[in-house]
Amino acid sequence: MRDSAAAEDAVQEALLAALAGEAGFGGRANLRTWLTGILKHKIVDTIRRQSRERPAADLEPGDDDGEFDGLFDRRGHWEEMPDAWEQPEGALGQKQFLAALEACLRALPERTARVFMMREHLGLDTSEICKELGITSTHCWVMLHRARMALRLCLTTNWFEK
Amino acid sequence: MLLSCKETTRLLSQGEDRKLGFGERVALRVHLALCDGCRNVRAQFHFLRSAVKDLSRDGDGKEHS
Repeated sequence: MRDSAAAEDAVQEALLAALAGEAGFGGRANLRTWLTGILKHKIVDTIRRQSRERPAADLEPGDDDGEFDGLFDRRGHWEEMPDAWEQPEGALGQKQFLAALEACLRALPERTARVFMMREHLGLDTSEICKELGITSTHCWVMLHRARMALRLCLTTNWFEK
Repeated sequence: MLLSCKETTRLLSQGEDRKLGFGERVALRVHLALCDGCRNVRAQFHFLRSAVKDLSRDGDGKEHS
Protein backbone atom coordinates (compact mmCIF):
# COMPACT_ATOMS: atom_id res chain seq x y z
CA MET A 1 0.00 0.00 0.00
CA ARG A 2 2.91 2.34 0.53
CA ASP A 3 3.59 2.62 -3.19
CA SER A 4 0.00 3.27 -4.06
CA ALA A 5 -0.28 5.93 -1.36
CA ALA A 6 2.74 7.64 -2.83
CA ALA A 7 1.24 7.41 -6.28
CA GLU A 8 -1.98 8.96 -5.03
CA ASP A 9 -0.10 11.86 -3.53
CA ALA A 10 1.91 12.39 -6.67
CA VAL A 11 -1.07 12.35 -8.98
CA GLN A 12 -3.11 14.54 -6.71
CA GLU A 13 -0.35 17.09 -6.35
CA ALA A 14 0.37 17.19 -10.05
CA LEU A 15 -3.26 17.72 -10.93
CA LEU A 16 -3.87 20.33 -8.27
CA ALA A 17 -0.79 22.18 -9.45
CA ALA A 18 -1.99 21.99 -13.03
CA LEU A 19 -5.41 23.28 -12.08
CA ALA A 20 -4.16 25.97 -9.73
CA GLY A 21 -1.71 27.22 -12.33
CA GLU A 22 -4.34 28.00 -14.86
CA ALA A 23 -4.95 31.69 -15.17
CA GLY A 24 -8.45 32.99 -15.41
CA PHE A 25 -9.97 30.02 -13.68
CA GLY A 26 -11.26 31.95 -10.71
CA GLY A 27 -14.44 33.17 -12.34
CA ARG A 28 -15.55 29.70 -13.25
CA ALA A 29 -16.01 28.09 -9.91
CA ASN A 30 -18.48 25.44 -11.07
CA LEU A 31 -16.31 24.25 -13.88
CA ARG A 32 -13.33 24.23 -11.59
CA THR A 33 -15.15 22.14 -9.04
CA TRP A 34 -16.26 19.67 -11.65
CA LEU A 35 -12.84 19.41 -13.25
CA THR A 36 -11.07 18.99 -9.97
CA GLY A 37 -13.55 16.32 -8.95
CA ILE A 38 -13.40 14.42 -12.18
CA LEU A 39 -9.63 14.55 -12.41
CA LYS A 40 -8.56 14.20 -8.82
CA HIS A 41 -10.86 12.12 -6.66
CA LYS A 42 -11.71 9.59 -9.30
CA ILE A 43 -8.12 8.98 -10.22
CA VAL A 44 -7.31 8.39 -6.60
CA ASP A 45 -10.27 6.02 -6.34
CA THR A 46 -9.13 4.16 -9.38
CA ILE A 47 -5.58 3.78 -8.20
CA ARG A 48 -6.81 2.60 -4.86
CA ARG A 49 -9.03 0.02 -6.50
CA GLN A 50 -6.37 -1.05 -8.98
CA SER A 51 -3.95 -1.71 -6.19
CA ARG A 52 -6.35 -4.22 -4.66
CA GLU A 53 -7.91 -6.04 -7.52
CA ARG A 54 -7.66 -6.90 -11.18
CA PRO A 55 -9.50 -4.59 -13.53
CA ALA A 56 -13.20 -5.33 -13.58
CA ALA A 57 -14.80 -6.88 -16.62
CA ASP A 58 -16.33 -3.58 -17.67
CA LEU A 59 -12.86 -2.18 -18.15
CA GLU A 60 -12.35 -4.39 -21.18
CA PRO A 61 -14.38 -3.29 -24.14
CA GLY A 62 -14.84 -5.51 -27.14
CA ASP A 63 -12.95 -4.75 -30.31
CA ASP A 64 -16.07 -3.37 -31.88
CA ASP A 65 -17.51 -0.37 -30.17
CA GLY A 66 -21.18 -0.59 -31.02
CA GLU A 67 -22.19 2.54 -29.17
CA PHE A 68 -22.64 4.69 -32.27
CA ASP A 69 -23.87 1.98 -34.64
CA GLY A 70 -27.12 3.87 -35.12
CA LEU A 71 -25.28 6.60 -37.00
CA PHE A 72 -24.19 4.18 -39.72
CA ASP A 73 -25.87 1.81 -42.15
CA ARG A 74 -25.00 -1.86 -42.39
CA ARG A 75 -21.99 -1.16 -44.56
CA GLY A 76 -20.66 1.36 -42.08
CA HIS A 77 -21.53 4.46 -44.08
CA TRP A 78 -23.29 7.48 -42.63
CA GLU A 79 -27.04 7.21 -42.34
CA GLU A 80 -27.02 10.97 -42.24
CA MET A 81 -23.94 12.75 -43.49
CA PRO A 82 -22.49 15.05 -40.78
CA ASP A 83 -22.64 18.71 -41.79
CA ALA A 84 -19.81 21.10 -41.15
CA TRP A 85 -20.16 23.34 -38.11
CA GLU A 86 -20.50 26.93 -39.16
CA GLN A 87 -17.76 29.24 -37.97
CA PRO A 88 -16.86 27.21 -34.89
CA GLU A 89 -13.93 29.53 -34.05
CA GLY A 90 -16.39 32.32 -33.41
CA ALA A 91 -17.97 30.27 -30.63
CA LEU A 92 -14.75 29.81 -28.70
CA GLY A 93 -14.78 33.00 -26.66
CA GLN A 94 -18.48 33.06 -25.99
CA LYS A 95 -19.68 32.39 -22.48
CA GLN A 96 -22.84 30.73 -23.74
CA PHE A 97 -20.84 28.36 -25.86
CA LEU A 98 -18.60 27.47 -22.92
CA ALA A 99 -21.72 26.72 -20.91
CA ALA A 100 -23.01 24.45 -23.69
CA LEU A 101 -19.67 22.68 -23.92
CA GLU A 102 -19.55 22.25 -20.17
CA ALA A 103 -23.05 20.76 -20.17
CA CYS A 104 -22.03 18.32 -22.91
CA LEU A 105 -18.93 17.31 -20.95
CA ARG A 106 -20.98 16.73 -17.82
CA ALA A 107 -23.34 14.50 -19.79
CA LEU A 108 -20.52 12.05 -20.55
CA PRO A 109 -20.12 8.97 -18.36
CA GLU A 110 -17.76 9.96 -15.59
CA ARG A 111 -14.93 7.68 -16.55
CA THR A 112 -15.13 8.69 -20.18
CA ALA A 113 -15.08 12.36 -19.23
CA ARG A 114 -12.07 11.77 -17.00
CA VAL A 115 -10.01 10.12 -19.72
CA PHE A 116 -11.05 12.77 -22.22
CA MET A 117 -10.15 15.67 -19.93
CA MET A 118 -6.83 14.10 -18.98
CA ARG A 119 -6.05 13.84 -22.67
CA GLU A 120 -7.46 17.06 -24.10
CA HIS A 121 -7.47 19.46 -21.20
CA LEU A 122 -4.36 18.43 -19.31
CA GLY A 123 -2.67 17.30 -22.52
CA LEU A 124 -1.39 13.98 -21.14
CA ASP A 125 -0.30 11.22 -23.51
CA THR A 126 -2.53 8.19 -23.71
CA SER A 127 0.35 6.08 -22.39
CA GLU A 128 0.44 8.23 -19.25
CA ILE A 129 -3.31 8.08 -18.86
CA CYS A 130 -3.35 4.30 -19.27
CA LYS A 131 -0.67 3.93 -16.67
CA GLU A 132 -2.45 6.16 -14.16
CA LEU A 133 -5.78 4.42 -14.64
CA GLY A 134 -4.46 0.91 -15.14
CA ILE A 135 -6.22 0.40 -18.47
CA THR A 136 -4.98 -0.72 -21.87
CA SER A 137 -4.19 1.71 -24.69
CA THR A 138 -6.94 0.14 -26.74
CA HIS A 139 -9.44 0.86 -24.03
CA CYS A 140 -8.17 4.41 -23.77
CA TRP A 141 -8.68 4.94 -27.50
CA VAL A 142 -12.18 3.48 -27.40
CA MET A 143 -13.13 5.82 -24.56
CA LEU A 144 -11.62 8.84 -26.30
CA HIS A 145 -13.46 7.96 -29.49
CA ARG A 146 -16.73 7.64 -27.57
CA ALA A 147 -16.15 10.98 -25.89
CA ARG A 148 -15.45 12.76 -29.17
CA MET A 149 -18.43 11.20 -30.94
CA ALA A 150 -20.76 12.01 -28.05
CA LEU A 151 -19.48 15.59 -27.79
CA ARG A 152 -19.81 16.27 -31.50
CA LEU A 153 -23.39 15.01 -31.42
CA CYS A 154 -24.18 16.99 -28.29
CA LEU A 155 -22.69 20.23 -29.61
CA THR A 156 -24.34 19.77 -33.00
CA THR A 157 -27.73 19.47 -31.32
CA ASN A 158 -27.28 22.01 -28.57
CA TRP A 159 -25.23 24.68 -30.26
CA PHE A 160 -24.47 24.52 -33.94
CA GLU A 161 -27.93 23.53 -35.15
CA LYS A 162 -29.86 25.27 -32.46
CA MET B 1 -8.07 -1.15 -48.29
CA LEU B 2 -11.28 0.85 -48.33
CA LEU B 3 -12.49 2.16 -45.01
CA SER B 4 -16.12 2.58 -44.05
CA CYS B 5 -17.16 5.86 -42.46
CA LYS B 6 -17.50 4.07 -39.15
CA GLU B 7 -13.92 2.81 -39.31
CA THR B 8 -12.79 6.21 -40.48
CA THR B 9 -14.19 8.01 -37.43
CA ARG B 10 -12.36 5.54 -35.24
CA LEU B 11 -9.06 6.14 -37.03
CA LEU B 12 -9.60 9.89 -37.02
CA SER B 13 -10.00 9.76 -33.27
CA GLN B 14 -6.99 7.51 -32.79
CA GLY B 15 -4.98 9.83 -35.01
CA GLU B 16 -5.45 12.46 -32.30
CA ASP B 17 -3.89 10.12 -29.74
CA ARG B 18 -1.25 8.03 -31.45
CA LYS B 19 0.86 8.02 -34.59
CA LEU B 20 -1.03 6.09 -37.23
CA GLY B 21 0.79 3.51 -39.34
CA PHE B 22 1.58 4.11 -42.98
CA GLY B 23 -1.25 1.91 -44.25
CA GLU B 24 -3.72 3.57 -41.90
CA ARG B 25 -2.71 7.04 -43.06
CA VAL B 26 -3.04 6.08 -46.72
CA ALA B 27 -6.44 4.47 -46.20
CA LEU B 28 -7.59 7.50 -44.22
CA ARG B 29 -6.41 9.93 -46.87
CA VAL B 30 -8.17 8.02 -49.64
CA HIS B 31 -11.42 7.94 -47.68
CA LEU B 32 -11.27 11.61 -46.69
CA ALA B 33 -10.68 12.66 -50.29
CA LEU B 34 -14.02 11.10 -51.17
CA CYS B 35 -16.16 11.74 -48.10
CA ASP B 36 -17.41 15.18 -47.02
CA GLY B 37 -19.04 13.80 -43.88
CA CYS B 38 -15.82 12.33 -42.52
CA ARG B 39 -13.89 15.49 -43.39
CA ASN B 40 -16.44 17.42 -41.34
CA VAL B 41 -15.96 15.03 -38.44
CA ARG B 42 -12.19 15.49 -38.62
CA ALA B 43 -12.63 19.26 -38.41
CA GLN B 44 -15.00 18.82 -35.46
CA PHE B 45 -12.53 16.61 -33.56
CA HIS B 46 -9.86 19.27 -34.06
CA PHE B 47 -12.20 21.97 -32.92
CA LEU B 48 -13.13 19.97 -29.81
CA ARG B 49 -9.49 19.82 -28.85
CA SER B 50 -8.99 23.57 -29.02
CA ALA B 51 -12.32 24.24 -27.30
CA VAL B 52 -11.51 21.97 -24.35
CA LYS B 53 -7.99 23.39 -24.02
CA ASP B 54 -9.62 26.79 -23.95
CA LEU B 55 -12.01 25.95 -21.12
CA SER B 56 -9.74 27.22 -18.40
CA ARG B 57 -8.31 30.20 -20.21
CA ASP B 58 -11.54 31.65 -21.49
CA GLY B 59 -13.13 32.75 -18.29
CA ASP B 60 -15.65 35.46 -17.65
CA GLY B 61 -15.04 38.79 -19.18
CA LYS B 62 -13.37 37.77 -22.40
CA GLU B 63 -15.97 37.73 -25.07
CA HIS B 64 -15.46 37.96 -28.80
CA SER B 65 -17.58 40.63 -30.38
